[in-house]
Amino acid sequence: MNIEKTREENTLTIVLEGRLDTTTAPDVEKELHASIEGVESLIWDMEKLEYISSAGLRILLAAQKIMEKQGAMKLVNVSEDIMEILDITGFTGILTIE
Amino acid sequence: MVEKTFKASKESLAEINNFIFDIIEDKCAMRDKMQLELAIEEIFVNIANYAYADSEFKDEEKTATIGVDIEESSGTAVIVFKDSGVQYNPLTKEDPDTELKASERQIGGLGIFITKKCVDDIKYEYSCGKNTLTIKKLLSGK
Repeated sequence: MNIEKTREENTLTIVLEGRLDTTTAPDVEKELHASIEGVESLIWDMEKLEYISSAGLRILLAAQKIMEKQGAMKLVNVSEDIMEILDITGFTGILTIE
Repeated sequence: MVEKTFKASKESLAEINNFIFDIIEDKCAMRDKMQLELAIEEIFVNIANYAYADSEFKDEEKTATIGVDIEESSGTAVIVFKDSGVQYNPLTKEDPDTELKASERQIGGLGIFITKKCVDDIKYEYSCGKNTLTIKKLLSGK
């Protein structure tokens, strides 16, 4: 999986490409924790994300909990398939999705 | 039913997906495939992480045998996961409350819940020292 991070002042954008599963989730978690300090707006660009399992959802939930304390988080460009998983798990109710 | 045995570690996941989808891919629409992949990952990762967590198991004993079949009459994929680890029925785990706010949601506990939502039937058995979890999914075809 490809993880691309862009920081502009207090906004961090993370572009995910490929599969966010058990094997790739630790990399995403590491990248997130390396950059989240001082971030007030966290944006996940999911356009090129093909797959997400519970290992990936755990990271989104953990990030949401952090960002509720220090700013805001949103998901953008979520595909229909990924949206279905977010829906099943009740994540559409707790995350901001644009 | 075609069966194959894999090392019960997360690194086997890609190999397991290849094994299963080589058999059923041509009957699987994209949506079916993603939902089955989710179920397969959640079940197998559970086995890899927990079935042999006790130190009494030798490395060569830490395996999972996976069986794949298609019920031709109904177009249903049947996938069976067997391990010889500690007895554990994942279906007894309570579903997470999906209505809670983020701050109240537990991190984790989602895997088996996703699995149940992604398949049409799921059954657990324990016999002769083996955990057996069978999932069935009606394939909508390509």
